[in-house]
Amino acid sequence: MPQPFYVSPEQLMKDKADYARKGIARGKSVMALEYTEGILMVAENTSVTLHKISEIYDRIAFAGVGKFNEFEQLRIGGIRLVDVKGYSYSREDVTAKALANAYSQSLGNIFTAEVKPYECEVLVAAVSEDPENNELFHILFDGSVTDRSGWVTMGGQSDALGNYLEANYPSGTPDLQTALKLGHDAVTEVEHREMTPQTLEVAALDRTRGRRKFRRLSDREVADALK
Amino acid sequence: MSEPTPSDILRMPVYGPGSSFTEVLKAHNQDLLPASVDHPMHVPEGTTVLALKFADGVIVAGDRRATEGFQIAHRSIEKVFAADDHSAVAIAGAAGPAVEMVRLFQTDLEYYEKVEGERLSLEGKANRLSQMIRANMPAAIQGLVVVPVFAGYDLRREVGRIFKYDVTGGRYEEDDYHATGSGGKDARSSLKKRFRDDLTREEAVKIAIEALFDAADEDVGTGGPDLMRGIFPNVVAISAGGIDEVSEDEVQSLFEELISERSETRPHESHPVDIPRPGGDQ
Repeated sequence: MPQPFYVSPEQLMKDKADYARKGIARGKSVMALEYTEGILMVAENTSVTLHKISEIYDRIAFAGVGKFNEFEQLRIGGIRLVDVKGYSYSREDVTAKALANAYSQSLGNIFTAEVKPYECEVLVAAVSEDPENNELFHILFDGSVTDRSGWVTMGGQSDALGNYLEANYPSGTPDLQTALKLGHDAVTEVEHREMTPQTLEVAALDRTRGRRKFRRLSDREVADALK
Repeated sequence: MSEPTPSDILRMPVYGPGSSFTEVLKAHNQDLLPASVDHPMHVPEGTTVLALKFADGVIVAGDRRATEGFQIAHRSIEKVFAADDHSAVAIAGAAGPAVEMVRLFQTDLEYYEKVEGERLSLEGKANRLSQMIRANMPAAIQGLVVVPVFAGYDLRREVGRIFKYDVTGGRYEEDDYHATGSGGKDARSSLKKRFRDDLTREEAVKIAIEALFDAADEDVGTGGPDLMRGIFPNVVAISAGGIDEVSEDEVQSLFEELISERSETRPHESHPVDIPRPGGDQ
């Protein structure tokens, strides 16, 4: 009976991580920025129907980068999870933390147990009445979670975008227009291409709205803000 | 059935339950679905709800009483619910299952919108509700009947539309107005006399209130305006701009207007009581 080649766990994990990173690096990036009324999410995306950023629940939004079918499955799974929870208990019992934890568990299990890891990263953002309690959870392909504040970037150009924001994100929380300009300039700078409202997908969790805080910004709104 | 772990739900195939929240519950959380019952019982019942069209959309209204046999079960129950931004459902019949059905319906519509990235058509929403009523059939046979009125603004056709249902889930579109519940017949008679095609929002709200007043006047199950406790019917107006609750102040002042109008045209008569005494003149 043929013996399988021995591969050390370190090597196995490293190979999987490299594979996942390569897949994610091929895709476009997404960033989230806190602004005075909530959280703004900006992505380069030429499609008007295939979204990288979407609504999950009243105060919670989702953003994914990498392989579309994989983060789309996580997005729909996330909506199921929170809708079941909100229906069986109460809407206020749905938290971003629990969702981020579920994503983390799920991606972590896939990374270790499956042959192919997911080539995607997701962001769970939640806006709060109190700006200090906004939540930004960045979940990586291996299930590791980081809790960020101010801004977060992910995807192919994550590091370059991060460097740009590190240098240019103001010390006080920016307003919507400033945040949108900052996001636009960051993508333009990093991709070396001029970004138009049509090539950007922009959405916000706006705490001034009613129950459902999520809204997409139309091309016209984006164009007006960038003037 | 054991409760699914978050990982189970996250890894369900995307096209397993599709865009229906009810199917998600069927697959994993059946105990959350509305239950069927084996024995008939007395439960609180919602009474009169109605809907009528006006020039820019549709008005939905309901009284606030729930009855349990000949008792008042609740004086300020709400029977008109926003299903989403452009539609409302008003319930009559067994209050418990009806409210549960509405909650499932609301979650279903929002779930579909989030998963698909676009809203169901008004027609689609009306059919979804029809399926839910059909699913309630076993309970309905045992007496827990739920018959809602569904109304909304159809953004594609740019008109207000009204749907009524029967206990089997049969769905019928009404052209002008509809009322259901124990005082439904009385409310319909009132609406029939006053309805026109070109009502303004204000006129339509007034007619809705008058119909509820007439229903409360004839039907013991229907609650009139409760001036003492400050309880008034719920009224919502739905148009292209979305759903708006008609403020309690507006509803109250319309009732006061209506009562004073009717007192003028029908002066207070006295009904003296003459108790016959034994040994009186025969």
